Amino acid sequence: MKLQILYFASLREQLGRDRESLVVEDPVNTLQDLMAQLASRGDAWRAVMSDNPNLLAAINQETAQADAPLNDGDEVAFFPPVTGG
Amino acid sequence: MAVSVQQADFHIDQVLDELAAGRRDVGAVAVFIGKVRDINSGDDVSTLTLEHYPGMTEKSIEKIVTEAEQRWALMDSTVIHRVGELQPTDNIVLVAVASAHRGDAFQACEFIMDYLKTRAPFWKKEQTADGERWVEARNSDKKAAQRW
Repeated sequence: MKLQILYFASLREQLGRDRESLVVEDPVNTLQDLMAQLASRGDAWRAVMSDNPNLLAAINQETAQADAPLNDGDEVAFFPPVTGG
Repeated sequence: MAVSVQQADFHIDQVLDELAAGRRDVGAVAVFIGKVRDINSGDDVSTLTLEHYPGMTEKSIEKIVTEAEQRWALMDSTVIHRVGELQPTDNIVLVAVASAHRGDAFQACEFIMDYLKTRAPFWKKEQTADGERWVEARNSDKKAAQRW
């Protein structure tokens, strides 16, 4: 399964990238699975993906919860709470 | 409905000319403009940088306006949100709502702003004398959106 992953605002700075293409294999079926896999990349990733009650996510530009399923070609975005207006 | 996320400033006269243009049954227009303050959390702010999620941001604003149209009798709405580098006194956001009566216009305008602040993917970074920092989400904004 191939995913486009986007990172915004403070998360982009913490992780040092704004996007990546990632090919994931089973058992990554949900957003939660993807977050667990990304968290294993190191300290900065764990801080963002697993020890972070403020983490928000979207799949294909719609807000998504951790149990949301992922499909091939999905655009997944991670970002902090929004502060516009 | 007109929704725009843009770097350029907006001109209120032009927005009002285009809002519900040609309709003769508009009795009320409510407008809100949000601006950059020179102070936030006790520190002087020299520059505010606004970032968004192209595509999702526009869609989420359209969704908010559609919800407002379902709750109140609106004739037209315009939402413009600026991104990029802004300075104190600059405009950030404009919401304009046209309706037959002021009650619907006032309420829909406030609803759109409250929802935009808590749901539309924008992020602010402030430059102060002590360096730069990301603005944190406020609980008061969350509470304001929960009223509706």
